[in-house]
Amino acid sequence: MKQVVRGFYSVAYAVKLCKPNVICAYPITPQTEIVENLAAMYANGELGDAEYITAESEFGAASMLVGASAAGARVFTATCSQGLILMSEVLFNAAGMRLPIVLVNTNRALSAPLSIWNDHQDSMAMRDAGIMQVYVENNQEAHDMIPQAYKVAENRKVLLPFMICMDGYKLTHAYEPVDLLDQETVDSFLPPYEPAAYMTTRKPLAFGCYAPPHIYMEFRVAMQQAMERARDVMLEVYKEWAEVSGRDWGGHIVVDYPDSKIFVVAMGSVVGLLRKVVEELRNEGLSVGLIKIRTFRPFPIDELRKALKDAERVVALDRSVSFGYEGPVSIELKSAIYGHSSAEVYSYTVGLGGRDMPKDFLEGIIRDVVEGKEKPGFAFKGHHDFEEVVP
Amino acid sequence: MKYFGSGHGACPGCGLPIAVKTVLNALDGKVFAVNSTGCLEIISSQYGKNAWNVPYIHSLFENPAAVAAGVEAALKALKRKDEGYVVVFAGDGATADIGIGTLSGAFDRNHDILYICLDNEAYQNTGHQQSGLTPPGESTTTTPAGKVLPGKIGGKKDMISIAVAHGIPYVASSSVGYVADIRRKVKKAVKFEGAKYIQIHSPCVTGWGIDGEMSIKVARLAVETALYPLVEYEYGKLTSVRKIKERKPVEEYLKQQRRFRHLFKHPKGKEMIEMLQKFADENAEKYGLDLKKDEE
Repeated sequence: MKQVVRGFYSVAYAVKLCKPNVICAYPITPQTEIVENLAAMYANGELGDAEYITAESEFGAASMLVGASAAGARVFTATCSQGLILMSEVLFNAAGMRLPIVLVNTNRALSAPLSIWNDHQDSMAMRDAGIMQVYVENNQEAHDMIPQAYKVAENRKVLLPFMICMDGYKLTHAYEPVDLLDQETVDSFLPPYEPAAYMTTRKPLAFGCYAPPHIYMEFRVAMQQAMERARDVMLEVYKEWAEVSGRDWGGHIVVDYPDSKIFVVAMGSVVGLLRKVVEELRNEGLSVGLIKIRTFRPFPIDELRKALKDAERVVALDRSVSFGYEGPVSIELKSAIYGHSSAEVYSYTVGLGGRDMPKDFLEGIIRDVVEGKEKPGFAFKGHHDFEEVVP
Repeated sequence: MKYFGSGHGACPGCGLPIAVKTVLNALDGKVFAVNSTGCLEIISSQYGKNAWNVPYIHSLFENPAAVAAGVEAALKALKRKDEGYVVVFAGDGATADIGIGTLSGAFDRNHDILYICLDNEAYQNTGHQQSGLTPPGESTTTTPAGKVLPGKIGGKKDMISIAVAHGIPYVASSSVGYVADIRRKVKKAVKFEGAKYIQIHSPCVTGWGIDGEMSIKVARLAVETALYPLVEYEYGKLTSVRKIKERKPVEEYLKQQRRFRHLFKHPKGKEMIEMLQKFADENAEKYGLDLKKDEE
């Protein structure tokens, strides 16, 4: 049934339907209402036998999930920004321990300067952790991704944490009509969690053993293999979801106008507006297409190679930057298509710390590339000219 | 060894396996062991050489209390609490320094866990660096005795009082020198619902600079000098102490160990020894450790 709800609630409600056993969170600034919504459900006895724990920090919250997940529980947390990077030591550890933790990151900028507004710098800092990352475009997609995330993470071919990335403010605080799932649909799709291995006195196992040089590397190679297997598992799960829910969000990437000469590549909520911009440019007869990257980890190498095989120019829009190089989406996209496409890549980092990206602005960027006014390479777009004063 | 043993790589005379075996046996192996990074983890959990015959998890250095809280929450939610007790084994650095945040959180929420701090009074696994539980005057690699400084300046963090201040149901100190005391306290602790803290003094032969065969003797001297009082709190109230018949001067304890040996020749050594004696005297006074003639 469609209801107008906040982005936060669309997540919390879907989490409830997935029947997690342990939910643990810390409401740091920027505060995440997802866990408040879940706390309210807990207070009202709507979470079954689940334990809801208020942690002393995101570090503590993530650590509790490690213990709970290892003991055989389905777990959930939500965080963003400083909170995510405070969790980072634990999350790298959780991935190495192959714990199928599901978390939602409501993307926001990192300090300094302090900013509570949206960009993707926080989750990009976690891209090497061994955690699957999917970026959603709207609150319906966020809602739908929750059961899918559990199904992928808990698949025995995968067993890695799954992070759903949704734009802070732009999605989380927005009221949108969301077709809220019902328990029956989720139950038919997501079976109860049966851990492959868990802590029990009936069959004692050791988790988190240390590995000397003769064996450490094999564990890390196994993580890469699991991430590779996740590519297919995700596609199977996405397909099954489309059948169960009637909503098909596509594969790892979604390509609009595949025969275009010029493509815009982006992730997250800005894709909605870009779709409108691209549509209008096409109405002018310009050969512009759009690629929405949904799955960022594992990176959709084959899909991008195929989509960009005959492309002439690519405008890659990043919401973060790797200082000293360029935006991570651009870097990885170039690496993926190297030797497979002769397209020139225009890498633009935009919308940092909540900097607005209105329609005219996005249209201008694309138009400049279409009209040959730009050279390929990296640039920030949408910032003011200024001179840094070095004392 | 039934629950812990074959394959562990502790030094002969190390207090850690003594403490761990005593705890696991006291609980008949009905234990979910949560271990911080450190000596115990390194000597017992190498891949392929796991020495634990109970379910075991090691996550990070500073998070055993939170991991244990998570295990406990899972067992509760999954209705598996009767399977066993959730027991943390963490070193003094993991407890009093880097992990005190997660420890405080778990105590504050009063998770049903038993937290065992294995106190060997420094970061011994990495080669004897100072921790918050290193006593004053100890020469460590980060507080070395030099021409000017006589080892660590500053006190030993009072984790017992910190634990008591959290209002948890049971707090105690014990020592590897008295395994019956460990056993009794562990058995008693798990009868309480909520967070329990037992700090066990545990000699480190390499860090302390003692022969393996001296471990138990030195551990007992720490108790007999009142430098390491064995106490017990229930719901914030001191309920028992191990009385000392004839309290020994701290020098007897100090002179046995390389970590304190400089105090007997350093210009500021006398001052430090006096400070340690004062600390022991205060312990004796605070906890009423000295057995009075009429109490004998």
